[in-house]
Amino acid sequence: MSELLLPPEHRYAKIINEKRNDDGSEYSILNLGPTHPATHGIFQNILLMDGERIVEAEPTIGYIHRAFEKIAENRPFYQITPLTDRMNYCSSPINNMGWWMTVEKLLDIEVPKRAQYLRVIVMELARIADHIICNSILGVDTGAYTGFLYVFQFREKIYEIYEEICGARLTTNMGRIGGFEREWSDEAFRKLDVFLEEFPVAWKEFENLFERNRIFIDRTVNVGPISAESAMAYGFTGPNLRAAGVDYDVRVAQPYSSYEDFEFIVPVGKSGDTYDRFCVRNAEVWESLSIIRQALAKLPEGPYHADVPEYYLPPKEDVYTTMESLIYHFKIVMGEVPIPVAEIYHPVEGGNGELGFYLVTDGSRTPYRLHFRRPCFIYYQAYPEMIKGSLLSDAIVILSSLNVIAGELDA
Amino acid sequence: MSTKTNMVAPPEGVVGEGFFATKLNDVVGLARANSLWPLPFATSCCGIEFMATMASHYDLARFGSERVSFSPRQADMLMVMGTISKKMAPILRQVYEQMSEPRWVIAVGACASSGGVFDTYSVLQGIDKVIPVDVYVPGCPPRPEQIVDGVMRLQELVKTESTRRRNSPEYIELLASYNL
Amino acid sequence: MAIETAIIQEKIEQKFANKVSNFGMQKDVFSFEVTSDSIREVILFLKEEEDTNFHFLTDLCGVHYPDNMIDQQFCVVYHLHNWIENTRIRIKTYLNGAQPEIASISDIFLSSNWMERETYDFYGINFMGHPQLKRILNMDEMVSFPMRKEFPMEDNGRTDKDDRFFGRTANC
Repeated sequence: MSELLLPPEHRYAKIINEKRNDDGSEYSILNLGPTHPATHGIFQNILLMDGERIVEAEPTIGYIHRAFEKIAENRPFYQITPLTDRMNYCSSPINNMGWWMTVEKLLDIEVPKRAQYLRVIVMELARIADHIICNSILGVDTGAYTGFLYVFQFREKIYEIYEEICGARLTTNMGRIGGFEREWSDEAFRKLDVFLEEFPVAWKEFENLFERNRIFIDRTVNVGPISAESAMAYGFTGPNLRAAGVDYDVRVAQPYSSYEDFEFIVPVGKSGDTYDRFCVRNAEVWESLSIIRQALAKLPEGPYHADVPEYYLPPKEDVYTTMESLIYHFKIVMGEVPIPVAEIYHPVEGGNGELGFYLVTDGSRTPYRLHFRRPCFIYYQAYPEMIKGSLLSDAIVILSSLNVIAGELDA
Repeated sequence: MSTKTNMVAPPEGVVGEGFFATKLNDVVGLARANSLWPLPFATSCCGIEFMATMASHYDLARFGSERVSFSPRQADMLMVMGTISKKMAPILRQVYEQMSEPRWVIAVGACASSGGVFDTYSVLQGIDKVIPVDVYVPGCPPRPEQIVDGVMRLQELVKTESTRRRNSPEYIELLASYNL
Repeated sequence: MAIETAIIQEKIEQKFANKVSNFGMQKDVFSFEVTSDSIREVILFLKEEEDTNFHFLTDLCGVHYPDNMIDQQFCVVYHLHNWIENTRIRIKTYLNGAQPEIASISDIFLSSNWMERETYDFYGINFMGHPQLKRILNMDEMVSFPMRKEFPMEDNGRTDKDDRFFGRTANC
C-alpha cells in the first residue's frame, strides 16, 4: 500500500525540504486524489500548498484510458460510433454526428437538407444537455444543490426525445452514414414542442438563482481568470475560450450541416473567470433554443437520409423482404464497399470546444488511423497555471467551471 | 388523493402484549437493508446515469440511500460505475480495503462487470478481478430503473445475510482468494 | 476569406526550398511535408510571418507506417489554424523507424506539451527539448508503445474471454 504514497524523491518533497517561509512554516503536499467527490471524473492533482494557497500543481490523468484510438483501428465505420458516444458522454449526439460528417466528407456524400436540419436540432439539444450538467454541478460545488434538482428534470425530458429518435438515453449511437436510421416520429416532435415551452421557464428560474446571488458571485468572480492570449496559447476552444473574449466558434468559422442557414450570436465574456464561463454557457443555452426553434420552423420536407445504398445500412424490414437490401446489408457489414484512400480532418463544435476527427484511410474496411482532437485534453493543460496562487476551494470551483469530462480527457 | 406509501414489512415473529419476538438476524438484516449508504465510485458514463438515479425523477434516496458517502469508512455499499482501467485498479482496491465490514459491492454497467466494449490492453476486464462483487448490473449504461433494481436485489441479499457471515471460514477464504 | 494556397506555398518554398515537399490540397486542408530536422523553423515561420499567421495549433498526432522504408515509418502530423483568415494547414514529417526523434515545439505552442507526451506514450517518438516527456495516459511502468501496429489491442493475459469466439486464433 505504501507504494501509492508520494515517493521521497518527488520534486515537491525536495522543495519542501529546502524552502521555509519567513515565519517558519513550511509547504505541504495535498493529494486531490483520483477519487474525490468534487472532481467530476477521475484525475489526480498533487498540490503543493502554502497553508491554504496553492503554490504548484501536478496533474496526473489516464485513469480511464480506454484506448479508443487503438480500438478504432480494428473496427469498421459503423462500429466506431459507440466509441465516439463514450468520449463526451454528456452530449453524445454531437460526437456521433461529427463522426458521420467526417465519413461523409471522406466518401463525398451530400446529406439532404431535412437530415441536416434534424442533425442541427439534435446537436443543439445535446449542447443544452451538456451545459445543464456543467452549470448545475458548478452550483452543487459551491453548495447550492437546488438548482441541480430543478434542471436535471429537463435532462430527463431530453433523454425522452433521444429515446424517440434512436432508442437510447445517454450513449445514443445515433444516425447512419448519410442521415438518420428512421424518420422522427410525431411523438418526438410533440415532445420537442413541450420541451421548448417548459424548459425556458425553468432555465430562467435557474439563472435567477445564481446570476445575482451574492454568495455565488463571491465564489466565482475573479476566480481562475485567463487572458485571451494565454487561452489561445494553451489551445482553448469552446465556451472556455469565449469567456476569455475570443469569439471563435466552429459553427461560424467552418459551418457544417447547414449552420449557415441559422442566425445566432456567439456569446463572449470578458475576463475568462469562472463567472464568465458560467454566464457564457447560460447564454449559449438560450442561443441553442433559438436555433432549435428556427430549425423547426424552416424544416424542409424530403428524405431523411442520402441515397447511397452502398454505405447506408438499409432498414431491417427491407433487409428481410427485398433481395437488394439484403445484398447491400451484407456488403456493408462485410466491408466490401469501396473506401477511398484519403486523409480527412473534420471539426465540429462540441460542448467543450473544437472536437476534431483526423481520419487516415487506406482503402480497407477499418480506418488506418483515427485520432480524436479532444478539447478537454488540450485545455486541461492550463489547469495548473490557472490555480496557481488561489485557495483550495477556488481550485475546485475552477475545475467545475472548465467542464472537464473524464471520458474525453483520456479517450 | 390517497397516499399509498409502502412501508417495509416487519420480519416474521411472535407478537404479544408489549413485545415482539423475532430473530436477531432478521432485525439486523432489515435495518441494514433499508439504510444502505452508497459510495459512488463513478468513473464514466454510468456515473451520469447514477446522477440521474439520485435526482428527483428516479430518487434512490427513498430506498435508504439518502446520504451518499464519499468516505469509505462511512459507507456500506461500493457502487462501481464505469470503466476501471488497470491504472485505476490499485486505487479501487485501496478504497475497498478501507471500507469497514459489513460492506457490499455493486458493479454497475458492462465495463465494471466484465470490461464491457473495451477489450483492450489498458482496461481491467471486470472489477471482480480485484475485489469480490455481490451484484452485477448489466447495461451500457443501465437505465436508472436497472440500477434501482440492482440496489433492491442487494437489499434482498442483505436482508437474508447472517450476522456471522463476515467471520465465517467461507468469507475469509473468499477474501484470501483476492489477497485481501 | 482564406489565404491563397499558392501564396503560402510560395512563401514556404522561398524560405525553405529543399526541406519541404509534396504540397497539395487533401480534401479541404492544404498540406505539405517537411524534413524532421527543420520542423521548428518551419512552424515558427508559419506562426510569426504576418502573411501566414498560423497562430493556433489545433492538433498534433503520430501515425505509424511499418510498411514504409525505414526512414519513413513514423509520421508526426501538425494541424495549424489561422482564425483571422480562417485557413487551416497540415504539416507532416516522417521519422526513422528505429529511432524516431524530433524537436519539440512546446515553447512555440504551449498546447503542444501534452499532445507530444501523448504521441510519445503511444508511439515512442522522442521529442527533444520537451520539459517533461513521460507517459501521460498509460501506466508509467509500461515498456511498450501501444499504438504501434505490431502491438495487439487485446490484453493477452485475460482469462475470461475465449479468443476462439472472437475470431482471433490462427485458424480463422
